[in-house]
Amino acid sequence: MRPANVVDLRGDAASDASAPGAGADLFPLVLDDVSFQAGGTVLIKGVDLTLPAQGATVIMGPNGAGKSLLLRLMHGLIAPSGGTVTWGGMPLGEAVRKRQAMVFQRPVLLRRSVAANIDFVLRLRGRADPGRRREILDHAGLAAHADQPARLLSGGEQQRLAMARALATEPDVLFMDEPTSNLDPASTLVIEEIAKAARDRGTKIIFITHDMGQARRLADDVVFVHKGKVLEHSPAETFFTQPASTEAGDYMAGKIIL
Amino acid sequence: MQDFGAAFLTAFDLLIGADAALLEIIGLSLRVSITALLAAGLIGLSLGAALAVTRFPGRGFILVIVNSMMGLPPVVVGLVVYMLLSNAGPLGFLGLLYTPEAMIIAQAILILPIIAALSRQLIEDLHAEYAEQFRSFCVPTGRMMVELLWDARYSLLTVMLAGLGRAMAEVGAVIIVGGNINHLTRVMTTTIALETSKGDLALALGLGIVLLSIAIAINAGVMALNATAKRQAYA
Ligand SMILES: Nc1ncnc2c1ncn2[C@@H]1O[C@H](COP(=O)(O)OP(=O)(O)OP(=O)(O)O)[C@@H](O)[C@H]1O
Ligand SMILES: [Mg+2]
Repeated sequence: MRPANVVDLRGDAASDASAPGAGADLFPLVLDDVSFQAGGTVLIKGVDLTLPAQGATVIMGPNGAGKSLLLRLMHGLIAPSGGTVTWGGMPLGEAVRKRQAMVFQRPVLLRRSVAANIDFVLRLRGRADPGRRREILDHAGLAAHADQPARLLSGGEQQRLAMARALATEPDVLFMDEPTSNLDPASTLVIEEIAKAARDRGTKIIFITHDMGQARRLADDVVFVHKGKVLEHSPAETFFTQPASTEAGDYMAGKIIL
Repeated sequence: MQDFGAAFLTAFDLLIGADAALLEIIGLSLRVSITALLAAGLIGLSLGAALAVTRFPGRGFILVIVNSMMGLPPVVVGLVVYMLLSNAGPLGFLGLLYTPEAMIIAQAILILPIIAALSRQLIEDLHAEYAEQFRSFCVPTGRMMVELLWDARYSLLTVMLAGLGRAMAEVGAVIIVGGNINHLTRVMTTTIALETSKGDLALALGLGIVLLSIAIAINAGVMALNATAKRQAYA
């Protein structure tokens, strides 16, 4: 295995709040020389990355950098063209993926009621229980909408439901792909609170955002992706004050990077 | 023209008077076609869902076959089922030829490809939307089929009704395997064909009106269903 960019997070205040969860055996997540190509183009190039068990990792970078692809590679939704992805030494398979959940940028809700969307995953994990469903919907502030068709919810409510449904599987790892990109500030905060609560219960959070404020509020460490490469992986404080790569600095300064 | 007017009047008389012979024929038609629909639906929907979520060598070939069988000529289906069920045929020992069961088999075969092909397309489109989320949740394939069938339920009902419409309207298959035997295998379409050729237009016309009404009712039902589904964003 190649040396990966390991980050020391011990000095980080945000991660102190989060105890190592039940999913500690899934870590570290190691990407070893991972590449991905489609249609003859190399979209992800030789990524080496090691992520720790605790806290929230934010993936940042310009549009088309390969962030979503990287997240899907980590979750095993797509297979790398080269290199390996391992979780605590285990290869990616259903055994690993079952302990993870992902909230997609555009929520994929079943054509059913809000309650039935939660019941679907509870049944899938063999824990169907109306009481638990009520608890989950309460927690997401959706109790009043339980019987409504899920796809008639507002954008923010749909995103909250997707989040609640992901968390209903009690994942050890939660992936989120720009979970608040279309939401107003209040809904954004609600999503962030839910994510924080999950993190504080020991769930590892790995998410993509373009929202600098959100990254500062939630990130323990930041992975900066540019043109299919990981240019930088730093503790949040360092990243926001002294980014190691000029591209990251320019990206945050709002400059167009090429 | 005189004839025509009189036929209409007699037809309405038969309908309003709930003529026993007429009701018997309508009843058998409904029994045969609805049973065929249930059988073809059970198999066709499972097949459609399976073809929608799986990828295997030869799948493309199967899709071409299923799609082209949508346009099966009823008389050809009738002929094949006849050969299977006739005394000399491999299933002759069942003694089903010229029974309502033979008609059910023929109609089920006729509409099976329609239900399989249309539901395959519908479910594949829905699966394209759900696939990554299902993969993320590690939904097993069999479970996936069930969940997709459920979420496509409104559009699938339309498919089922299209199958019912086709089964009720066909005459070529049932006349071959049923034989249009009075009180036994006479259904609406075979009676219309027979009575028309005998020149007794009244009964034929009465049955024609019933068939048309059923077609209209089915289509109205489809539209109402679609409207409900759209309103709830379930379609
Ligand atoms: N299946 C695919 N086939 C070909 N190209 C693809 C495929 N998937 C993604 N790409 C390309 O890979 C690049 C990276 O895509 P990705 O979705 O990871 O970007 P991103 O960093 O998430 O961008 P954004 O911030 O806009 O969401 C893009 O240029 C995209 O067009
Ligand atoms: Mg993306």
